[in-house]
Amino acid sequence: MQLKKTYINGIGCISTQKTFDTVFLEEAVHNHDENVLKIVPPIYKDFISPAAARRMAKGVKNGIVASAIAMKDANIENVDAIITGTGLGCIEDSEKFLKNILDNNEEFLTPTSFIQSTHNTVGAQIALLQQCKGYNFTYVNGAVSFESALIDAKMQIEEDEAQSVLVGGVDENGDYTTALFKLSGRIKPDNQQPYNLLDSDTSGAVYGEGASFFVLENERKKTTYAEILDVTILNTLEENEVEAETLSFLKANNLEISDIDALVLGFDGNVDFENYYRNLGENSFANTPQLYYKHLSGEYDTASAFALWMAAKVLKTQEIPEIIKVNSVEKLAYKTILLYNQLNGKNHSFTLISK
Amino acid sequence: MNKGVAITGMGIISSIGNSVEENYISLIENKIGVTRIENISTVHANIIKVGEIKKTNDELVNELKLTEDNNFSRTAMIGTIAAKQAVENAGITSINEFRTGLISATSVGGMDMTEKHYYDYFTHPELVKYITCHDGGDVADKIAEELGLKGIVTTISTACSSAANAIMLGARLIKTGKLDRVIVGGTDGLAKFTINGFKTLMILSDDYNKPFDNNRKGLNLGEAAAYLVLESDEVVAKQNKKVLARVSGYGNANDAFHQTASSENGDGAYLAMKKAFEVSGLKPSQIDYINVHGTATPNNDLSEGRAIKRIYEDEKVPDFSSTKPFTGHTLAAAAAIEAVYSVLAIQNSVVYPNLNFETPMEEFDLKPQTSLKNKNIEHVLSNSFGFGGNCSTLIFSKCN
Repeated sequence: MQLKKTYINGIGCISTQKTFDTVFLEEAVHNHDENVLKIVPPIYKDFISPAAARRMAKGVKNGIVASAIAMKDANIENVDAIITGTGLGCIEDSEKFLKNILDNNEEFLTPTSFIQSTHNTVGAQIALLQQCKGYNFTYVNGAVSFESALIDAKMQIEEDEAQSVLVGGVDENGDYTTALFKLSGRIKPDNQQPYNLLDSDTSGAVYGEGASFFVLENERKKTTYAEILDVTILNTLEENEVEAETLSFLKANNLEISDIDALVLGFDGNVDFENYYRNLGENSFANTPQLYYKHLSGEYDTASAFALWMAAKVLKTQEIPEIIKVNSVEKLAYKTILLYNQLNGKNHSFTLISK
Repeated sequence: MNKGVAITGMGIISSIGNSVEENYISLIENKIGVTRIENISTVHANIIKVGEIKKTNDELVNELKLTEDNNFSRTAMIGTIAAKQAVENAGITSINEFRTGLISATSVGGMDMTEKHYYDYFTHPELVKYITCHDGGDVADKIAEELGLKGIVTTISTACSSAANAIMLGARLIKTGKLDRVIVGGTDGLAKFTINGFKTLMILSDDYNKPFDNNRKGLNLGEAAAYLVLESDEVVAKQNKKVLARVSGYGNANDAFHQTASSENGDGAYLAMKKAFEVSGLKPSQIDYINVHGTATPNNDLSEGRAIKRIYEDEKVPDFSSTKPFTGHTLAAAAAIEAVYSVLAIQNSVVYPNLNFETPMEEFDLKPQTSLKNKNIEHVLSNSFGFGGNCSTLIFSKCN
């Protein structure tokens, strides 16, 4: 049986930049002053009734808006499956419910925040709104939460289990959790401005949040951005194994380094783990245009979904905004893009897309 | 009929036993694990009953020989115990010899540690190590590390159907040839967070849970972990592996009705079962035993019962029972422990009793099997449904 191919036919992104009602990052800003970036909110009432929106978690709202934008972009009204990735789910509601338990000695609790705290709330709410009774999975595995969803979605399409899949990555910041992440060193400490990224010499990352959704279908359409050639994840890799792993991933897809027109790297300013990216960029891919994005999106478990949104945009517009360039290498045309991401040396992902 | 994916190993720890054998003996000797809570201090201790593993965290640390500076949550510890058993049971000595993955499931990850230390992190530097174990993926990460596994590792969290979905994904990864071998299952330790969550939803029973009884009052929570090893036919042939049973069917659908309640007609459950039959190529009449989700909440049992009636139409519904009176509802681990029980039902030709049942529900004429029954079992259907309308069905078949 010939495997069906997977195309990105619609995209929607709510992020810490203005990524809606814009062409492609023309209004993007590299914020050096904050160690936690907040999303630029869309006009929710254009998508969700204000009464319903009031009861919704931030992640749910952003997920609904990003998926609605993606569906409209792909010009479709329903999908066969909804697959979501999220590191921490609706963490604000988890915080709220837990604090109520602790502060009130397990009394006077209401279920709303408990219900929303369930990791699959975003996927479930989108299904409820769209009345989509199809396959609905949610992955929660740190930095590969989104790629897990992507692998599943691609498998659904390849095996003809679904013809269209809505797939997305969504995470939100919660105040207490961010404070804990500063304490544990995951987020850079306060008062260390300027927060640089490529030339950072400190540990931790500048954090962010967002929701990026994609409509994947088994046929090329007018709206097509890219074909997803391959996605793979790996729980652990040593610094010195990344290069060989990358090349074997390319080889499995019958590609060579020279076939890659741009490499998207997940640099997050954490000096302890940046060699994972730097080695690749300075060796095998030294002559390849390299892009980065976490200075715009911030670091979070599903930030790599923002990267896929960005790579899809590059293929469609055939332009690379200055603000995302790591080096000055350019190509006449951008056909094939490789994305590599990891978080603190764990949960590595390789994603390959082509025009 | 579809041959299905081979199951070659199983491991489990629950309130009714610390191994596959102990769990089986409890099931056939009516030894229940639902008791008063001991390991968590909660104001509800005298009201609720839970399926608790009677080991303290210190005992688990010792059992796993973890170092003093470990940051394992309870969920990760019981998960590691079950996963190690499964790998050993499958006779795996070199974990990365084939392309091996781990698909885990959990509902709240390391919440048991988060809730214990939440306000102490800023004043107790020695506790800071536990911050990262909150993450749902931390559990799979730790299990993989303990197994020395390097490969595809991910976690599914779709509330109470999570482990069914982990098993489903694992089976698909084997079928499509993306992996040669995969460890699949789920783990959830008891936590104040979930106890209070279910309490606010008013679906916790203050008595022993009675699935499919007209007077059922709700569920008992439980904690457990179970993992299964799935292997490709090539690996099974090459290593002359014993196949315990096969995953022959699976289906996931969404009820798209309400965030926490199931629709009256059980649309999601019906669709999940229908898909599982399509994948397996089996007819409903070929099922010998249904291990129902049967949480004993008024809503679940009605919805699930109606969905089963819709699947069977005018046909006779096969013997069915819920094993949750034994274990409590173990959330993201439920479908994994019930997968182990389903395989044991096939291997030992038994239908487990649905304990505590007295009065049939007035809405339909469904009566669960209430005593242990011996009969040949070729195919078991197992249901698991979660919040967010997430409905999953697995079918396990005898390996002939």
